[in-house]
Amino acid sequence: MSLIEEIDYGTPASKSETMVTLTIDGNQVTVPEGTSIMRAAMDAGHQIPKLCATDMVDAFGSCRLCLVEIEGRAGTPASCTTPVMNGLVVHTQTERLKKLRKGVMELYISDHPLDCLTCGANGDCELQDMAGAVGLRDVRYGYEGENHVFAKTHGRDNDHWMPKDESNPYFTYDPSKCIVCSRCVRACEEVQGTFALTISGRGFDSRVSPGMNESFLGSECVSCGACVQACPTATLTEKSVIEIGQPEHSVVTTCAYCGVGCAFKAEMRGEEVVRMVPYKDGKANRGHSCVKGRFAWGYTNHKERILKPMIRERIEDPWKEVSWDEAFSFAAARMRGIQTKYGRDAIGGITSSRCTNEETYLVQKLIRAGFGNNNVDTCARVCHSPTGYGLATTFGTSAGTQDFDSVEHTDVVVVIGANPASAHPVFASRLKKRLRQGARLIVIDPRRTEMVESPHVKALHLPLMPGTNVAVMTALAHVIVTEGLVNEAFVRERCDWSEFEEWAAFVAQPNNSPEATAILTGVDPSDLREAARVYATGGNGAIYYGLGVTEHSQGSTTVIAIANLAMATGNVGRPGVGVNPLRGQNNVQGSCDMGSFPHELPGYRHISGEAVRDQFEALWNVKLNPEPGLRIPNMFDAAVEGTFMGLYVQGEDILQSDPNTSHVVAALSAMECVIVHDLFLNETANYAHVFLPGSSFLEKDGTFTNAERRIQRVRKVMTPKNGLADWEVTIGLAKAMGFEMKYSHPSEIMDEIAALTPTFAGVSYAKLDELGSVQWPCNEKAPEGTPVMHIDGFVRGKGKFVVTEYVATDERTGPRYPLLLTTGRILSQYNVGAQTRRTENVVWHAEDRLEIHPHDAEQRGVRDGDWVRLKSRAGETTLRAEITDRVAPGVVYTTFHHPDTQANVITTDYSDWATNCPEYKVTAVQVSPSNGPSDWQKAYDAQARQSRRIAPAEAAE
Amino acid sequence: MSSPDRLVYMANQIGTFFRSQGHDKAVPGIAEHIKKFWDPRMKRAIFAHIEAGGAGLEPNVLEALTSLKQATSLPGAQ
Repeated sequence: MSLIEEIDYGTPASKSETMVTLTIDGNQVTVPEGTSIMRAAMDAGHQIPKLCATDMVDAFGSCRLCLVEIEGRAGTPASCTTPVMNGLVVHTQTERLKKLRKGVMELYISDHPLDCLTCGANGDCELQDMAGAVGLRDVRYGYEGENHVFAKTHGRDNDHWMPKDESNPYFTYDPSKCIVCSRCVRACEEVQGTFALTISGRGFDSRVSPGMNESFLGSECVSCGACVQACPTATLTEKSVIEIGQPEHSVVTTCAYCGVGCAFKAEMRGEEVVRMVPYKDGKANRGHSCVKGRFAWGYTNHKERILKPMIRERIEDPWKEVSWDEAFSFAAARMRGIQTKYGRDAIGGITSSRCTNEETYLVQKLIRAGFGNNNVDTCARVCHSPTGYGLATTFGTSAGTQDFDSVEHTDVVVVIGANPASAHPVFASRLKKRLRQGARLIVIDPRRTEMVESPHVKALHLPLMPGTNVAVMTALAHVIVTEGLVNEAFVRERCDWSEFEEWAAFVAQPNNSPEATAILTGVDPSDLREAARVYATGGNGAIYYGLGVTEHSQGSTTVIAIANLAMATGNVGRPGVGVNPLRGQNNVQGSCDMGSFPHELPGYRHISGEAVRDQFEALWNVKLNPEPGLRIPNMFDAAVEGTFMGLYVQGEDILQSDPNTSHVVAALSAMECVIVHDLFLNETANYAHVFLPGSSFLEKDGTFTNAERRIQRVRKVMTPKNGLADWEVTIGLAKAMGFEMKYSHPSEIMDEIAALTPTFAGVSYAKLDELGSVQWPCNEKAPEGTPVMHIDGFVRGKGKFVVTEYVATDERTGPRYPLLLTTGRILSQYNVGAQTRRTENVVWHAEDRLEIHPHDAEQRGVRDGDWVRLKSRAGETTLRAEITDRVAPGVVYTTFHHPDTQANVITTDYSDWATNCPEYKVTAVQVSPSNGPSDWQKAYDAQARQSRRIAPAEAAE
Repeated sequence: MSSPDRLVYMANQIGTFFRSQGHDKAVPGIAEHIKKFWDPRMKRAIFAHIEAGGAGLEPNVLEALTSLKQATSLPGAQ
C-alpha cells in the first residue's frame, strides 16, 4: 500500500468533443479543443513546471514558471493560459526556458524561509519540487533584502512580516511562506463559492486576506479546506500534518457525514489518520469537501468513546463493563425472555443510516428472520420516508432521479425546504458554480437561508408560512396549467393522460390560484407566478428538496406535488432536470434500499408478496411473517401500551432525534430491554440495559449509498478500537439468540444482497473496485449503473399524476402559542451532534440558538443573546435568542444539534398521513424571557448524569 | 394520544388525503394503504374499534376499514 498520488493536470479538463492534434516535445498529442498546452503536455506525460496552476481551478498565469516556446510564435507564453491548436509545435524545455524559469524561482526563493527540514510541508511542497525541477542552485540576491520572512530585519521590525494565524482549529496560515499564487483565493471562489479570501495590496504588498484582513476564524471562511488543499507551500497546512508529519499510505473511502457521499483519501501513517483529502475521482464530490468531512473526524478517537460492552439490570444502576460474550448472552436472554412473556412481536430493532449497507442488511435480516417479525425501521422514518412513498407512487422508484453531475446541465434550480449550503455543502458548491454560470435559482423556504443570497447568487425567494408547502406547489401547478405552460407532448407520451386531466382540472380550480392561497401561504402571488413561469419555460428545470418538504403532516403529499410539477413540465428523464431529494445521512438511501422499512424487503418489495418472500425464505432458511411490522412512532405507542418491550438500536439516537421527547422517554422507560449499539453513550443509552460499542467508518469495510443512489466503498484503515466491526457485533448478538449468520467479510454480505435484490444484481466489491462507484439500478440491463432514471419511460410504466389537496395541519397557532417554530441545521454541526460536538467544530456553533424576528422579540422584551423560554403544547425548554430578519414575523427557528437544548421536547407527535414521518417543521410555540434552564432540562440533566455512571471494574481497595 | 384515538386520527388523516379523489377511488385507496402499512396489532385494534361502533371515523374511512376487516384474517396475538 502506498500514497495515492493523483495527477495534477494543471488546468481543468475541457468538455469539448472537437479534438485537436499538436506536437509537444516531438510527441503527437490529441486532446479536446479548449485544453491548455499545460494539460495536453501532462496528458502526454510531460510535466511542465508550475506553481499557480492546479486542475481544480481555472488557469491564472501568474507564476511565469510554466512558460513554453511555440514554433512560429514570438515570446514564451504561459502554457496554462495558452489553448492548444491544430498543428502547434511546442517545446517545454529549451535553453531559453531553463534560464527564465531559474530566474523566476530565484526570485521566489529570495523571499521564502529556508527552514525546509522543519517545515510542515517538508516532503509535500511544490515550491521545493519546482526548485528541484528547474535546478536552482544559487540565489544571487541573498536573503537580506526586503522580505516577508523575518519578524525583524537589520534589527528593526519588519512591516512586511505577519505572524501566523492559528485561529482556525484545523489549519494554520503562515503568511511568511506565501508565494501569492492565489490558488487559495481561486479555490475559495471557484470550488467552494464562498469568496472569503482575496489578495489585498499590490505588487510586493500583495497578501492573502481572509475577509477584510481578518483572522480565518473571524472571516466568512467556512473552513471547507479547499484553500489548504490548493496551497502549494506550507502557507496553509493542516495542523494534523504539522503535528504528525507526512502520511505514508492512503486508502480511498467514503465520508460518514451527509448524503452527498464525498470520496476521500484517508492519508495515514500506520493506523493513525494524518489527514482526509477529498478524492478527485469521487463522482459525488469531484475533489471537494466541507469542514465536516475533511476535518471533523476527531470524534473517532474522542475520550468519551465507549470501547467495552456494558450491561445493567435496571436503568437506575451504573453500567458494568463485561466481555462481548457476556453482553451478547445477557441481551439475547432478555430479548428471548420478552418474546416468551409478551409474544413474538414484542421486540424489534432500528437500523442505522450511519452504518454500512451490509450492516443495515444484517440488522433487518436478524429482525425478520431471527426475531421472527417485521418490527424493523430506520431513521429515514423521521426524515425521508415521504420521499419513498411519494416517488414510488408517481414515478415507481423510491429515490432521486439524477446524479449530482446533472446540475451542470440545469438552467433553473428550484430548492424547496432545504438549505444545501448548511446541510449538503459540497452539493451547494457545485450548484453555486452552475448559478455563477447563469442558471437561475428559486428558493421556497420560510427562512431566508444562505442559499437565498450569497456572493454572486440571488434567488427568487418564496418565503412561505411553515406548513403550506402543498398550497404553494399546487398554486405553481395552477399557473402552469392555466397559463398553458404544460409540456403536453411529454405528458401524452410518458404519463397516464386521464389521470393528468383529472389533476389538471383540480389544480386549475380558482381556489388553488396563487392569489387565492396567498392568505394561507404568505407568498406574493406575482412572485409565485414568476417562479412557475421560470421553472416551466426556462430550460432544464431541476427540483432539489429536503426535510422542509417531508417533515410535515402532508409530507408525502408535497413529494407527490413536486413529482406532478416535474411531469407536467417534462422535467424528468434526462441530464439537468429531475426530482432530487437531498438525503440527510450518509447512508439513508442505502438503509432504505436494504429493507429497513417494516413493510418492505430489500429493493422496496412489499413483505406481503409471496414470490419475494419465497426467495428470501429459501436463502435464509426461515419462514417470514407476511404482515408489516411497527414503524418507529408505532413502536413508541405500543411500548407505552405494553405490547412492545424490547428494542435493538444500531447507530441512532432516537431520544434526541425523534419528536416529543417526553413521549419517547415514556416509551423507552416502559421497555424491559433496550440495546444501544453506538460509539458513545448517547441520549438513548440513558434508558438502555445493554450497550454494545460501535466501530467508526474508519474501522470497517462496507458500502454507503448516497443521495444520487451511488454505491461507494467504505474501506477499513485501522483496527476497530472496540474490537469488532459493527457487522460482527450484529452477528454476535444474532448467534446468542440462536440465529447464525456466517460471513467472513462484508463483501459476502453484498453478494447475498445482489443475489436477492434485482436493482443490485450487478453490484460486487470487484465491480466497485474497478469502477470506483455505481448508481443502482445496476444489473444486466445497466451493468455500469444508472446515472439518470426514467430516461425512456417511468419505472412504474406511465407516470402517475395524483391530486394534492392542501389540508392545514392540526398543529395550529392560537392565543397561547402564537408563533410557528421550524427547525434546521447549521454547516459545522451534523444531525444530533453526537459526532461533531466531539470535534473542534464547536468553535463555530457551541449551542443552539432561537432565531426570532425583531418585531416578535420587541413585543416580548427579548434582546439579542437573552435566555428565552420556548414552550409548545408538548413541552418547554430554554435557549438563547438571536434576533434576525432571516425569519419572518410569526416564525421562529432553531437547530437541534445539542442535547441540552432538546429542541424535540417542543416538537409534537403529529406526523405525515402516509408514513408517520414526524412533523418537525411546524410547531406552535410561545417565546418569553427566562432566567435559565427549565425544570425539564434540570431533571433531564440529572437523570443523564446518573445514568451514565460506569461502575469501577474492581473495588478501589 | 393513545390507542384507539390515535389510530382513529391516523386513519382519518389517510382518509383526508384520498377525499379529493372521490368516494369510489378513496375507499379502496384507504383500505389498501392501511393494509400495506399497518402492523397487525394496529389493525386488530382499529377493527375492534369498528365493532364497538367505530366512533370518530369519517364515513369513507369506516367503509374502507369495514371492507378491509372482512377481507383480512389476522394471526392471533403472539
